[in-house]
Amino acid sequence: MLTGLAAAFFYLFALIAVASAVMVIAARNPVHSVLFLILTFFNAAALFLLTGAEFLAMILLVVYVGAVAVLFLFVVMMLDVDFAELKAGALQYAPIGALVGIILVAELAVVLGGYALSPNVAASVAEPMRDLAERHNTAQLGDILYTDYVYAFQIAGLVLLVAMIGAIVLTLRHKEGVKRQVIADQVARDHRTAIEVRKVESGKGI
Amino acid sequence: MELFFDTYVWPALLIVIQSLALLVILLIYVAYIIYADRKIWAAVQARRGPNVVGPWGLLQSFADMLKFIVKEPVIPSGANKSVFLLAPLVSAVLALAAWAVIPVADGWVVASINVGILYVFAISSLEVYGVIMGGWASNSKYPFLGALRSAAQMVSYEVSIGFVIVTVLLCVGSLNLSDIVLSQGDGLGTRLGLPNSFLDWHWLGLFPMFVIFFISALAETNRPPFDLVEAESELVAGHMVEYSSGPYMLFMLSEYVAICLMSALATVLFLGGWLPPIAVAPFTWVPGVVWFVLKASAVFFMISLVKAFVPRYRYDQLMRLGWKVFLPISIFMVVATAFVLKLTGWSA
Repeated sequence: MLTGLAAAFFYLFALIAVASAVMVIAARNPVHSVLFLILTFFNAAALFLLTGAEFLAMILLVVYVGAVAVLFLFVVMMLDVDFAELKAGALQYAPIGALVGIILVAELAVVLGGYALSPNVAASVAEPMRDLAERHNTAQLGDILYTDYVYAFQIAGLVLLVAMIGAIVLTLRHKEGVKRQVIADQVARDHRTAIEVRKVESGKGI
Repeated sequence: MELFFDTYVWPALLIVIQSLALLVILLIYVAYIIYADRKIWAAVQARRGPNVVGPWGLLQSFADMLKFIVKEPVIPSGANKSVFLLAPLVSAVLALAAWAVIPVADGWVVASINVGILYVFAISSLEVYGVIMGGWASNSKYPFLGALRSAAQMVSYEVSIGFVIVTVLLCVGSLNLSDIVLSQGDGLGTRLGLPNSFLDWHWLGLFPMFVIFFISALAETNRPPFDLVEAESELVAGHMVEYSSGPYMLFMLSEYVAICLMSALATVLFLGGWLPPIAVAPFTWVPGVVWFVLKASAVFFMISLVKAFVPRYRYDQLMRLGWKVFLPISIFMVVATAFVLKLTGWSA
């Protein structure tokens, strides 16, 4: 349980996170939406910190805010968004949106209902975290990922690698006749291959 | 009530005082770093550099600051006002925030957190936002092109900086920056039977990574030869074209604070932080913070010389260097370092 100052900070970060999450869908400008999304990530990281999951908090910042959201922002800035057109077609997606919303609410109800019916339900699943004084958070995560479940972790990594190679293969185009810089060739040049001394008769070109 | 003051108010006040002291000293240091940068650049080009304000031009940075403050801030009419003004603030706040975990001497750190190095890495990966936001909000061609370039450049070079940090962490076994410095108390030199000295620091054992870190730091902070974000001949001043007075000063300040941060990080990761170069009598009398500042300044001196010597990279060459040269080398070094540590049993 969070008490005192920690509780105050929890409510502060939670409030900002929820408010900025609302602004993500309420903001008129899509770039502002992404910026609010970043603020939401930021506050989620702060909430992780409050629970002692410092490694997750920092990785959330590095991966989501530092890399993924940058690419989001990149794409949204490059897109030529026509707001009138967007608004005109917005209602036809309402049923699908409503369906997704209902599923999410149902899932949340199940999770929260579990806590209400039996408060110890979380303890029965797994031990969430050992005492931080005994072994700190980063080391505990390392134990799980790289010692207990190393094969599952490696397979997950392999799946991602395959997905990445697939994406590259799909978008790769080989164009004929494109001049490319070959650094090795340039470095391998020396005065013997680059310069040729010729005798030129006066009054004539080569 | 007394308990409330003891548990919350006095510790909070102490942290505020520590942060303020760090910030004030840091900003004064940055003022002289800017002066030094200009002087070194001038010396390489056989010019005099700033020499009018104060003796030898020592007060030049403060005069510049005064000028920036009293000038009129111009906001372009087509700009997205809130984001336009937010961008320099984001830059400056992030650049300064990273200093909270940098240990300048034994125990002299505002926040000694377990994941210190990750915190610095996270904050430095966020610095790209100031540039992107500024470039986009200006609503102008050159700033936007600069922002696009910087987004790709900073994300690319973060990858190799990440791997450099991983190799250092493999050798140390902790993410705390103070632990990283302390672990350099013994190393290659002491294994040969020498006293604690500069041979123990990571720069020797991980020399390729030190070089990669130094070059990636240049790219990460948009310093020449990787200053394509603000290449004068192509983009005028990149994301800063539309900025003037106070907001421009914040951008410039955050740029130099980020460079100082990279110098400090190189010092902590590779040059033994506050440890004296040789742990014998006259050197051990000097306080650790002096060694720290000297080492960080030496790294900055190298960064400054690079600016004066090296011509600017072309953009595709920059991307090639990051992805095709540094990334394979640093991945190989991570694996090789792990092997060596495992085989020799030197790991922490």
